[in-house]
Amino acid sequence: MEPTLNRPLRRSFVKGLLGTTSFWMASGNASWTAALAAEAAHPYQPTFFDTMEYRFVEAASERLFPADDNGPGAKALGAAEFIDRQMQTPYARGENWYMSGPFQQGPANLGYQLPFAPRDLYRKGIAGVEHYTRQHYGKGFADLPAVQQDEILTALEGGSVQLGEVPGRVFFEQLRTNTLEGTFADPLYGGNRGLGGWIMLGFPGAKADFMDWVNQEGAPYPLAPVSIAGETA
Amino acid sequence: MGRTHVDAVIVGAGWASSIMAKELTEAGLSVIMLERGPERTTPVEGAYPESIDELRGAVRKRLFQNLSQSTVTIRNTMDQTALPYRQLAAFLPGEGVGGAGLHWSGVHFRVAPEDLRLRSSVIERYGAKFIPEGMNLQDYGVTYEELEPFFDKAEKVFGTSGEAYKVQGKIIGNGNVFSPDRSDNFPLPALKDTFSASIFRDAAKNAGYHPYALPAANASRQYTNTYGCQMGPCNFCGYCSGYDCYLYSKASPNVNILPALRQDPGFTLIPNAHVLRVDLDHTKTKATGVTYLDTKTRKETSLSADLVVLGAFQFNNVHLMLVSGIGKPYDPVSNTGTVGRNFVYQTITSSRVWLPSSTYTNQFVGAGGAGVAIDDFNSMNFDHGPLGFVGGSPVWVNQAGVKPIAAAIGAGGGGTPRWGSAYKNALINTYKHSLVIDAHGSNMAYRDVYLDLDPTWKDVYGQPLLRMTFTWKDNDIRMNQYVVSRIEPIARAMGATKMNLVHLNAGQPFDTRNYQTTHLGGGAIMGDNPQTSALNRYLQSWDVSNVFVIGSNAFPQGMGYNPTGMVAALAYWAAHHIRTTYLKSPGPLVKA
Ligand SMILES: Cc1cc2nc3c(=O)[nH]c(=O)nc-3n(C[C@H](O)[C@H](O)[C@H](O)COP(=O)(O)OP(=O)(O)OC[C@H]3O[C@@H](n4cnc5c(N)ncnc54)[C@H](O)[C@@H]3O)c2cc1C
Ligand code: SF4
Repeated sequence: MEPTLNRPLRRSFVKGLLGTTSFWMASGNASWTAALAAEAAHPYQPTFFDTMEYRFVEAASERLFPADDNGPGAKALGAAEFIDRQMQTPYARGENWYMSGPFQQGPANLGYQLPFAPRDLYRKGIAGVEHYTRQHYGKGFADLPAVQQDEILTALEGGSVQLGEVPGRVFFEQLRTNTLEGTFADPLYGGNRGLGGWIMLGFPGAKADFMDWVNQEGAPYPLAPVSIAGETA
Repeated sequence: MGRTHVDAVIVGAGWASSIMAKELTEAGLSVIMLERGPERTTPVEGAYPESIDELRGAVRKRLFQNLSQSTVTIRNTMDQTALPYRQLAAFLPGEGVGGAGLHWSGVHFRVAPEDLRLRSSVIERYGAKFIPEGMNLQDYGVTYEELEPFFDKAEKVFGTSGEAYKVQGKIIGNGNVFSPDRSDNFPLPALKDTFSASIFRDAAKNAGYHPYALPAANASRQYTNTYGCQMGPCNFCGYCSGYDCYLYSKASPNVNILPALRQDPGFTLIPNAHVLRVDLDHTKTKATGVTYLDTKTRKETSLSADLVVLGAFQFNNVHLMLVSGIGKPYDPVSNTGTVGRNFVYQTITSSRVWLPSSTYTNQFVGAGGAGVAIDDFNSMNFDHGPLGFVGGSPVWVNQAGVKPIAAAIGAGGGGTPRWGSAYKNALINTYKHSLVIDAHGSNMAYRDVYLDLDPTWKDVYGQPLLRMTFTWKDNDIRMNQYVVSRIEPIARAMGATKMNLVHLNAGQPFDTRNYQTTHLGGGAIMGDNPQTSALNRYLQSWDVSNVFVIGSNAFPQGMGYNPTGMVAALAYWAAHHIRTTYLKSPGPLVKA
């Protein structure tokens, strides 16, 4: 993507609007508009998730990090694409975890003790949630209204739902963690489209030099974020 | 057979090992250093911009130990079944050349002198009855005065930035009033205070405390160290902790020692070499060398050596001693044996302070060792009598550079929602306008907190995993609660609009799922009594005198300070005595 720092936007930074509601509504926010247009023209085709699973990830991640006055949500930011792409990495195959048996459950504070890598957690977890929602609500998760989706996520987080072999809470934490990664990781990995996550937080991205900003008495950092590939807001 | 023979084999390639390797090659010895992980150099792993990618770095843990090969098991109490530490969380050990010294933060302390003789000091002031039942409180067997030249030497190698208080008996600066006399100033002036640290400094001073700049192995200026290795000025990019510094500004074995060492013909570094055991002769009192596995070819090789140095990190050192049969394993029931005894950690709680929405803390700005601390509640600097606990904590603002994924995953807690619009709003507000004050404290040793070999789980090499039996005890919980209670007035004076004071709770077990610190200690401690310490005061095994064991494993208690400055000083101290005494007549440096 082309760097698209244009004049009206630069002025809006000076006014300290970066990441505010007015910023998202400002017509000059070109990088963000461009990112949305690019995705609409060529929607991402998942390689790990099937269509139903991908719709679930899009819908659930959006409830975890929803679009609102503060700015875009996980769906527009590409968290689902991020998660799908992560499923092809050693991390998702559990290659950085100690995965030797025996697998014995214990108190929660002694940590994760299941024999499942992230790929397994998603396959089993999504199937479990879909089964649960069809049973309780008569429809798939992605087709439910937001209020009911939130009800289901609350139940998963609270630990009252078991998804077959996977405790609902474990699946919830996996999804929450990867959603937030997809919202705030460098756009290199398919999420944080148009640097939207970083703009909201006021994080400068790959700048990595703050020699002159060590102490500016609490003033906001004035420059827009930049990604590893050089994309800027 | 025809085993290759060298004068010294060193296990691991972190700070402890690199210092020993440098000292021993300087003494003319042939040295082989074996590192289980890969080669790592700044131009490759440290290259910008890939080096500052949060996902690849701190989140997917590119530079940390890969647990799939080997891990530990953990339980809180002796009646539980310990379970494997399957995912990195509470502590983040290193792997590869540089060890955790490549991805550490850089807070570079000396030691509070009283911490070296804590048992004696507590008894002198409060009597022996003050020490709780079951606490194995011990002295190190070495004094600050003895170690001072080696702290000085380490700072000049690390290029440490700091603010001294007293040099050669004269007060020269605005440093830590509780810190002991120094033979020389820091090699570099202190780093600048971040905004958050500067308001902490003012508030702490107004409250009557004694703030000082954290000593940092992040170079405040360009620097050429004792070995001719060069550092550039730190630009506060904020990518210290969990990353390798692309600017050559953070001290690491890779930047500060290995460039000189690699030129020495007497030195050989073998990466991807996992040491399986130290080989002993039939008497079990002499090491003949080590056996390692080439992790690429899966070929086992035995090396013969006159001297074996373990610098594989605290718990790996203990593991190697146990699987090799060096010394007597600790038995908590009879309180006998020494290997595994006095396993300690560090208490740390992070409290959050929110400032008005017009004030931006820019938390992404920072350096690993940058910040302002007070020592008013550390070590023996305050009266423990009415408080009834042993130990203490420095309190500080150490803004090391907060990244968005870490902030997002961690945000919430304290009653706030963890997802949805309200969460999102809180996250943004917290990221932009808050700061953190840590109580980074001591952790005492207890009879039933120890290390041994796990009966069930094994590493990929077929060896039993190390088992940790560890939990928080009442003394340390009360210490933490007291120190955190002292943070509140400081936070108010900083202009807090809201605060979340976090402390340990009574009965709260150690939780392996949340990062605390990688400041594990003890398990093979130094001391002056072979019945209660695995190592003598020169970090030499009491039982196998040609084995030296260097690392925080030597600490009898977990101290309030970060450990690496002490580890480096102990490495230089041990090396000095090997060079000046041991090599002339190998054998025990202290009679048992
Ligand atoms: C994120 C983070 C931040 C930190 N920040 C600070 C700080 O600010 N200040 C501070 O004082 N400390 C800090 N620390 C702690 C510091 O990193 C350690 O104290 C220090 O690196 C220990 O040095 P070491 O040489 O003893 O061990 P390590 O650096 O761990 O090196 C040991 C090496 O031995 C290798 N090894 C292990 N077993 C074997 C084997 N069987 N065969 C061959 N090789 C083996 C390992 O792969 C490793 O490379 C931090 C740690 C972390 C993780
Ligand atoms: S903050 Fe300084 S020392 Fe740390 S990585 Fe950045 S430049 Fe290096």
